This record gives sequence, C-alpha cells and structure tokens, in this order.
Amino acid sequence: MALSHLAASASRSSSLLKPLSSALSLRRSISGDNSPLTVETSVPFTSHQCEAPSRSVETNPKELLTFFRDMALMRRMEIAADSLYKAKLIRGFCHLYDGQEAVAVGMEAAITKKDCIITAYRDHCTFVSRGGTLLEVFAELMGRQAGCSKGKGGSMHFYKKDSNFYGGHGIVGAQVPLGCGLAFAQKYSKDETVTFALYGDGAANQGQLFEALNISALWDLPAILVCENNHYGMGTAEWRAAKSPAYYKRGDYVPGLKVDGMDALAVKQACKFAKEHALKNGPIILEMDTYRYHGHSMSDPGSTYRTRDEISGVRQERDPIERIRKLILSHDLATEKELKDVEKEVRKEVDDAIAQAKESPMPEPSELFTNVYAKGLGVESFGADRKEVRATLP
Amino acid sequence: MAAIFQGVGAAAALSSSPSNSFDSKKFVFSPCRSFSVRKGASFAVVRSDGRVNLNPKGRRAQQLISNAVATKSDSAAASSSSKPGHELLLFEALQEGLEEEMERDPRVCVMGEDVGHYGGSYKVTKGLAKKFGDLRVLDTPIAENSFTGMGIGAAMTGLRPVVEGMNMGFLLLAFNQISNNCGMLHYTSGGQFTIPIVIRGPGGVGRQLGAEHSQRLESYFQSIPGIQMVACSTPYNAKGLMKAAIRSENPVIFFEHVLLYNLKERIPDEDYICNLEEAEMVRPGEHVTILTYSRMRYHVMQAAKTLVNKGYDPEVIDIRSLKPFDLYTIGNSVKKTHRVLIVEECMRTGGIGASLIAAITENFNDYLDAPIMCLSSQDVPTPYAGTLEEVTVVQPAQIVTAVEQLCQ
Repeated sequence: MALSHLAASASRSSSLLKPLSSALSLRRSISGDNSPLTVETSVPFTSHQCEAPSRSVETNPKELLTFFRDMALMRRMEIAADSLYKAKLIRGFCHLYDGQEAVAVGMEAAITKKDCIITAYRDHCTFVSRGGTLLEVFAELMGRQAGCSKGKGGSMHFYKKDSNFYGGHGIVGAQVPLGCGLAFAQKYSKDETVTFALYGDGAANQGQLFEALNISALWDLPAILVCENNHYGMGTAEWRAAKSPAYYKRGDYVPGLKVDGMDALAVKQACKFAKEHALKNGPIILEMDTYRYHGHSMSDPGSTYRTRDEISGVRQERDPIERIRKLILSHDLATEKELKDVEKEVRKEVDDAIAQAKESPMPEPSELFTNVYAKGLGVESFGADRKEVRATLP
Repeated sequence: MAAIFQGVGAAAALSSSPSNSFDSKKFVFSPCRSFSVRKGASFAVVRSDGRVNLNPKGRRAQQLISNAVATKSDSAAASSSSKPGHELLLFEALQEGLEEEMERDPRVCVMGEDVGHYGGSYKVTKGLAKKFGDLRVLDTPIAENSFTGMGIGAAMTGLRPVVEGMNMGFLLLAFNQISNNCGMLHYTSGGQFTIPIVIRGPGGVGRQLGAEHSQRLESYFQSIPGIQMVACSTPYNAKGLMKAAIRSENPVIFFEHVLLYNLKERIPDEDYICNLEEAEMVRPGEHVTILTYSRMRYHVMQAAKTLVNKGYDPEVIDIRSLKPFDLYTIGNSVKKTHRVLIVEECMRTGGIGASLIAAITENFNDYLDAPIMCLSSQDVPTPYAGTLEEVTVVQPAQIVTAVEQLCQ
C-alpha cells in the first residue's frame, strides 16, 4: 500500500531528524516534537455534494508517535479482553474493535473534548480515546465497582460525561437520534462544538437514522454522522443487507465523504473537514471504510461468513498500526526497537490494569437500587419478595 | 446480537416429562380457537392436571405425583417401552417444528436478522435456508420496524410469516407495528383480514447480557388486544407450541428464553401440537398452587425439591399461555389448594404476575385462604455485574421462603 510521498517531505524531515534521532536514543521513551510533517493519505477522498478535502495531511512526529502508542494500547486492550472473555471473567456480550482503531484515534486528533462523541456497542476504544482509563475499562468489563458505570452497565454501556463521551448503546441505530439531539443542544447553547454520531453499516439500514438526518438537515444541526463500514452487519455482508453500499451518499441532500478508515491521518483530515462543514452548513455523513478482525462479538467466530484469507489479507495490507509504524520508520522518527519498546510498555500497562481491576470488588447488593431514579424520589421497591429485599430507591 | 448459548445445566435433569401429553389425533385442533368454547366444552383429551390417562404416557404422570421432579431415567424407561421418540435440545425442537410446518404449508416463511445463511444467532433456523431457499428464509437488514411491518403486511394477504426478533428487546422498535397493525387489523377491518403471523424471539434475563438485552417484553405486550402470547419452557412444548402458533389464524407472540435453548428432552417422533391457550400441569399437589412460566419454572422445580423435603406438597403449573390466561386450569387448582404463589421473571410493576393476581382475585376470591403472593424481578434495569444480576431475579431460596410463609 502506498504510504506517503517521501519526495516532498524527505528532504525537509531528514534535516530535522538527525539531531532528533540522536536525542531520541538518549531518552527512555520517545515523544517526538511538533515540527510539521506532511503526509499523503493512501487514497483520495470521495465526496458527495461537497468538495473533498486535500489528500495532504498536516501532522508532526509527536502526533504520529502518539497515534502509534494509542493504537497499540487499544489493540492490546482488545486482545486482552478476548482472553479475559475466554477465561469467563467477562460475560455476556463483548464486541471488539481491533482493526478499527484508526477511526477512534484519528477522530480524537481532529477535535476537542468539548465536541461530543456517541457510538454503539463497539465502544471500548472510543472510550479510551476520550480519556477513559484502562482500569475503568477492565473493571467495567468484569463487572467491578471501579468500572466506569460501577459495574452495572457492562461492555456495551461505557460513558464518560466529563469528556462528552455519550456511550455505549446496545440497540442498533438507537444512538443516532440521540447524537442528533446532542447536536441540537450544542446549537441551542451556541457552543461552536459538534457531535460525531457513530454507527455501523448494519445500522445504516435503520429507519430512525434517516428520520434523524432529515430533522438535522432541516434544523441545520452540527451533527456529523459517521458510518464505520466494516462491511459486515453481524453475520450478514453489506451487499446482502443494503441495496446501495455507498453509505456516504445515502444522505441524498446531505453531503458525504468516503474515507479510508484504516488510515488514521485520513480520518483526522476528514473529521477536521467535517467539523468545519457542520458548524457552517449543517449535517454531513462520513463513511469510514474499515475492518474488524474479530467476529461481530465474542460468540461469533467471524469466519462463517467471511474467509480467513480475507481477514489475513486486510491485516497484512491495511492494518492501521502497521501503516503508522512504516510511516514512522520511513521518516526516521524512531527506530524499530523503540517502537517495540513502546509495544512492550503498552502490554505491561494493560496487564497492570487487568491485575488492578481484578482486585476491585464486585458491587454491593445495595447498588442494585441506586441510580434507578435521580436522587430524592424515595420510591419503595418491593421486587422479588416483599419480606427479604425491600428498599427505598435513593 | 449473537450470544453464547447458555444452558441451565441442572435443569436438564429437572425438565419434567410431558405429563400433559396427549395424542394429537384424538384432539381436534381447530384454527379458530376461542376461549369461551374451551371453557364449556368437554373434550376427550388429557386435561393438564395429568390425572386423566389416555395413553401409556400417563404412566409417567402417576409417577410424577409421588416424585417432586420427574427424573430422566423414569421418563426414558417409560417412553422407550411405548414410543422411543428422539432426544434433542430445545433449539433443535424449535427448528424441527419450524421445518415440519414449512414442509407442510408452502405459505410459511421465516424472516429475521441472520436467520438464513448464518443459521440464526441461536441456531433455531439452522439449515432452513439451504433447504427452502432465500425466498422462504429471508435475511433481513437490521430494520425491525420495517420487516415486522412487512411480515404483517404479507400475513394480511394469506402468507404465514414467522418473524424473528434476534432478541425480544429489539422488537420494541417494532412496537407500533405489533400493537396497531398486528393486533388491531382483524378488528378494525370488521374481520376481513386475519394476521396469521408468529413473532418469536428469545427474551428474559440471561447471563450478564446487560440491561437492554435482558428485557421481558411479555409485560409490555400483554395489553395489546388481538394478539396471543405463549411462552415455551421445554423442548416438548416448544415444538408443540411453535407448530400450533404457526397453524393459528391469530397473531401469536412466541416467547423463548435465552437460557433455555440447551435443555435436552426426549420428544415423540409423531406429529403433535400443544394447545396455545392451555396451561401445563408440571407437578400436581395439594398445599399451594405455584404459577410460573419460562425459565422460572426451573427455579420453582428446584425449590419444589426442597419443599417436598420439608413436607410441603406444591402444585406447580406452567401457565404457558400468557395471553389469554388459562383460568380454567388455574381456577381448578385454586379451588383445590386455596393458596396461590406466582413466580415470574417480569418486573413487579405491570408484569404478567400483576395481571394474573388481578384475574385470580376477580374470579376466585372466595376460594382463597390467603392473599396471593407474587415473586417477580426487581423493578430495576438488569445490571451487568453477576452478583447484582442474581439478586434481580427470583432465586429458589426465595420461593421456598414464600411458600413457607403462605402455608402458615
């Protein structure tokens, strides 16, 4: 896969990097600097009813290294969640995001924490990119008190209000009207912020999406609908579920942009473009062409409806972490060994978080009744039997 | 959302043999079943109290009276001496029922998410797409409101679709279609249209599936006029009810349970159906009537073992028909025992138990020696944490305590 056009940037970067690389070898961890770097995206953007943004993305070594670290962390986290699930420490549903990390990481790079993100149930990595800690993730997955939802939500219900991450939703497509509502509130309070409502190619066939889109376009809401198209809706391929798989065009009168979702820089560029557009002109649809390596969820092997060759093919050619790694190495921003060290560090971080999460206790039985209503209602709950467990909902 | 098949392991041994089994040839099944006809008429069939023996299977019924729970060896011995039958899991029983009905009637079709090529997220429709083709086993996009509506529309012309909600909770998206179109069209058209649709899917509290995927929709649907609701609990009644539901001219909402799909039982080889409006006598008794359905049946039977050891004789009825209630069977039981305990998985507020209490109190108040007790789930969203989720639903220990209290 074409990564970047070195001709344009090589001369510029190599002169900057010689002192940098020597400095890097002295430090234990690599952090890079902010000197500008321009990288071309792998494929140009395809647009619908709008002007596509330029293929050249402004970035800098620090950002690239941050991308690498964050994506490696997410990848390790998801793989660790896989093992925890097989060890029966995580139960129920667990939908893993590995392969799609570039979307979360690229989006975060283009926006601030004041912008809202809302997504469906494949939310572990988006939560982390919004500032969630690994401890909160693993504790929630194992149903412990230290979890972000106090163990009461589970894999599909991660939220982080202080960084405007609105979840975490189990019902397919239901989060899109919520996202448009967030955008409405943003317009109402004149925040100059936007909302990214993420959904999948399966959810793109939900009626509520089109209803919400119509209203958002009518009211000029700063809503950005992002379709994470991993080409399979649960066990059904996109061509079997959708007459038109061009999800970015489905808005008809709403402009759309198709992005290579495995290229974090392309995602960043698209999200920046979309934010500017949404603040001026109302809703826009982004289609991220991405792929998930795992099945739909942990109980889906993922190989009954697609071939193993396909999965390994994508892993070899389009893996987002590999792309950034090659970019970093080709620009001499870090050595192979340093990147491996980052991965080791990240692995240790994940293992530590899991160990810490395992020590967190299960929720108290009284937690069953908290947060049903907001405080102060004093409703009595009788429940299973009227003598043993009676509580006044706090 | 595909989920792991969680079998209630212990329940496999606890599953009651069909004491209410009857020979379908002797039982005249007419599609236009109405409650009033059943109440007055005397059918030459096995009533669900299991005391009338029409066939060798009745032997098992008598063995049941002395045992708290039918053990597998008894049923196997009894059945192998008459008709061997075949053993299978509950989801296979559902699949068999579906397949036989699809063979029998070319108008039966299945629609749902991942039912075709994937084989169904709980394997209920496995192999059907290969056998019957893409037009009869339809993989729909994720658009519940639309495809449920489409199923109802197709039913209006005479097709008999079986619509699957991958999880009952997703059918909330189709509530308007189910309530207004499915339930009411037969009435509002003055009888011109019948809607012979079956809407099925797994519901109930599973193993840490989270709040949105552990819903009990029977409490939301019970008010809709015009629909019938049934809940299966054993492979035997799963197959029987499925076939009956498909053959019924009324819209039937068929509740399965996520945790019951791996129950194993021996079912007859021959064609049989279960009455849609009839309750099942699981264990006849004298002291108290315990009314239950679906997964809670197994918690009740587990509690029954303890109760028998303590000297109580509970009568356990699996009500099966959630709408309309089989007040005939229930009434007979109340008249015998004078004490009622309802054990359900719905939430306390507005659940099936709440309606059942009202129905029993209205009709049989004079026969009650004690107020009706109802054990239901807590009125909270189902938490993810395992320990909390356990407290949310009724556990056998609570059932034992309740019976002891009731029989004081």
